Amino acid sequence: MAGLATAFGSGAMSNSIEDVTQKAKVFFVIGSNTTEQHPIIGMKIRQAVRQRNALLIVADPRQIPLVDFATLHLQHKPGTDLALLNGLMHIILKNGWEDKEFIAERTEGFEEFKAVLEHYPPHVASEITGVSEDLLYEAAQLMATNKPMAAIWAMGITQHIKGVHNVLALANLQMLLGNIGIPGGGVNPLRGQNNVQGACDMGGLPNVYPAYQPVTSEEAAKKFSQAWGAPMSTKVGMTVTEMIPAAKAGHIKALYIMAEDPIMSDADTNHVRTCLEACEFIVLQEIFYTETAPYADVLLPGVSFAEKCGTFTNTERRIQLVRQALQPLGEARPDWQILTEVANRILTNPSGQRKVDTQAPYARWDYQHPSQIMEEINALAPSYAGVKYTRLERGETFQWPVLDENHPGTPILHVGKFARGLGKFSAVEYIPPAELPDENYPFILSTGRVLYHWHGGELTRRSQGLLEIYPKPLIEIHPEDAERIGLNGRRRVRVTSRRGSIEAEAWITDRVLPGMIYANFHFPEASANVLTHAALDPISKIPEFKVCAVRVEAVES
Amino acid sequence: MMEKATITIDGRKIQARYGQTILQAAREHGIYIPVLCDHPALPPEGACRICLVEIERQRTLQPACTFPVSEGLVIYTHSPKVIEARKFSLELLLSDHPLDCMTCEATGNCLLQDLAYEYGVTGDRYQGEKHQYPIDASNPFIVVDRNKCILCRRCVRACAYINGVEAISVFYRGFNAYIGFGADSTMQDSPCEFCGSCVEVCPTGALWPKMAIGKGRPYQLQKVQTVCAYCGVGCQIELQVRNNRIVNVVGVENAPVNQGFTCVKGRFGNDFVHHPDRLTRPRVRKYLLEGGKREGKERGEWVEVDWDTALDLVSRKLVEIRDTYGSDSIGVLTSAKCTNEENYLMNKLARQLIGTNNIDHCARL
Repeated sequence: MAGLATAFGSGAMSNSIEDVTQKAKVFFVIGSNTTEQHPIIGMKIRQAVRQRNALLIVADPRQIPLVDFATLHLQHKPGTDLALLNGLMHIILKNGWEDKEFIAERTEGFEEFKAVLEHYPPHVASEITGVSEDLLYEAAQLMATNKPMAAIWAMGITQHIKGVHNVLALANLQMLLGNIGIPGGGVNPLRGQNNVQGACDMGGLPNVYPAYQPVTSEEAAKKFSQAWGAPMSTKVGMTVTEMIPAAKAGHIKALYIMAEDPIMSDADTNHVRTCLEACEFIVLQEIFYTETAPYADVLLPGVSFAEKCGTFTNTERRIQLVRQALQPLGEARPDWQILTEVANRILTNPSGQRKVDTQAPYARWDYQHPSQIMEEINALAPSYAGVKYTRLERGETFQWPVLDENHPGTPILHVGKFARGLGKFSAVEYIPPAELPDENYPFILSTGRVLYHWHGGELTRRSQGLLEIYPKPLIEIHPEDAERIGLNGRRRVRVTSRRGSIEAEAWITDRVLPGMIYANFHFPEASANVLTHAALDPISKIPEFKVCAVRVEAVES
Repeated sequence: MMEKATITIDGRKIQARYGQTILQAAREHGIYIPVLCDHPALPPEGACRICLVEIERQRTLQPACTFPVSEGLVIYTHSPKVIEARKFSLELLLSDHPLDCMTCEATGNCLLQDLAYEYGVTGDRYQGEKHQYPIDASNPFIVVDRNKCILCRRCVRACAYINGVEAISVFYRGFNAYIGFGADSTMQDSPCEFCGSCVEVCPTGALWPKMAIGKGRPYQLQKVQTVCAYCGVGCQIELQVRNNRIVNVVGVENAPVNQGFTCVKGRFGNDFVHHPDRLTRPRVRKYLLEGGKREGKERGEWVEVDWDTALDLVSRKLVEIRDTYGSDSIGVLTSAKCTNEENYLMNKLARQLIGTNNIDHCARL
């Protein structure tokens, strides 16, 4: 997101799912295991390949299921995405395949960018990535001679210490080929969680208010302080990856956690445990007693999506209505009600020193229904101004920005003009991952999810059928490596990194490259995050989940 | 070539487009032709003979689902000849069908049953050999009852055209034909991803969601359209509810993203909602109730409390910490699983009431 915001002024999927899957001539899928992580989009890509002969280039260190449908598979080494992308762009430029008109009219920074690409001739890119020069050339030619191409990616691109640079390189590629602001093209990061787009849109980030109004802007601070009747801090706050270590350091005394499970989802679990242990006061608002629950001081029972109303915003910025189907279980309450109750108690606490002017237009917390919260959002978040429950209840659905009550929404961003004016080419150089294999830790570990489970597994491990079909964690290891470590006949492995160790069953498969293993973080008994490295991208503060060094040994089962 | 063709259906002149089938043109103009194997989301198959229509100057009856429109066609959708042919097809289908509608899961949601009713066909006209296939309930999600399969191949097409993995096909031919998975194995040993698109399109009770069995008739279920809470694609799903329990989940047909289809988690993975692990009462640590301080890292026993006690305690502690250590000593983690409205409130709570920008969620993880 930070990457796209730098390049274009707005960090979100630029085109819609329908547009991309129906109109792209080429799909460039990099760092997205689409059929397992965004299955309906994965299905639509397969449909496009099978039914209208769309071309598919998959760049992934693993033989993900989509590879079976791909025209080309660039199986680059984990963490070498930037060298791969720069190498491809080098070939495109050398052959004069770039969209000269688009570059001249709609972009800036081209010359500096071009200079950096000089460092990535095919033999260098091939050496770094492990992808043959022929294949690089073939991929570049295919991209350049078939327009429009849609670039699709996910956490395989962002979860690196140079994740932001990877995204900038993808933005470079799409500008170079003139694939921005047109149907069937665009930059299409697939957002993970059901409402991760919405959580970002609503100011669930340390640097922005709702609708990405920067907290550092005096103007925005004034707007919100007038609306909410309290002084606003103009200091950028801490990210989750900073807050948790800050609890150990004593800078964070209290954490209020709503429906998140850092013990499962954050890198370096053992370190996270010591941080949460040290935190003075933790409130956890959850539907289950999660792995994080033992570290809480108060547990507030929230409800599932089926027991409340509201809206979710999907990966293509589409806002849709969530309707209540069930009465809350037991005494559990919808999360918006719990927050409202807590807020009203803070607001009226007689000894509280922070003063709020309750006469300010949006200072109060009088919500009886989520639609009233949306009215407040309409007033304060310009891209949601026209999102009305009456419209949604009529069956309307739209993609932000929705500028007013009659605005139909915006299926494609950056048509004719970028949010920031000109699109910005960025000169970005490849840097190797933070922790590479060595003598003691000779394997690369990459982590992610599987089709049948979801994130920390809190929901899917409590779904009977999903647990039955995928009951335990499996660690993917290449047959050559399995033979080398003597896995013959035995199936359990111990995987150790500098931070911890797990034991689980091995799945011997050529889905992974030799020298690489893949593990998930769905099961607390052997979560990959015990092993992962909390090395952060300096800009996005995203940990490098996709590459760390480990040792793998066979163990008696 | 002319773009439009004028055709006459049951005496009504309509403008159809070249490239359309009679069935597609009829549908567009609200003219009813019964179907069994045809499904709007799937390519035509022409397998079941239920959509047969009479066309002037055609020697035999023709399937409306595959017959292309052309200028001047004159079509009868319910002539005596057509009705007789449909009855015959239905009689043949029912001659090898269990006729256990009293207890069949699909009752009230079965196209074969609807057509038998529409045409007054009881299934006792032809007596012949009946299949006795064992029911395959070996996977966690979908029960396969081949005795109820009418070989319409909707599932075969859904698997190939909607999902794309081609896990389902028809094995053998004629009376020996049956649907099978992978290399004639079970669903779980085939490339099947359990998206349930086959269940979604099955017109009878041959493919049925295991979780819904015995849980209620369609007319006993409350149906609520909502959005799936797993990934960011934003599929619309319909929760079917009885006695405050989700008993089945189906895709919403006109949904902008998923057009009626789902993945395995969206369709079959929502039973977590009713898991016995659900937290249903607030809990606080005993030391907090006793007004004491925590000793070391051990947080001690949990005590279940009423909401007021828990909420008072949370707000009091947050105010205390804010006023003692400053606003930036508190951090909040909001949630990509919660609604926009809830995320907005969390952002307001942090910025207005605590006075900090320490707010984030798992977008980075």
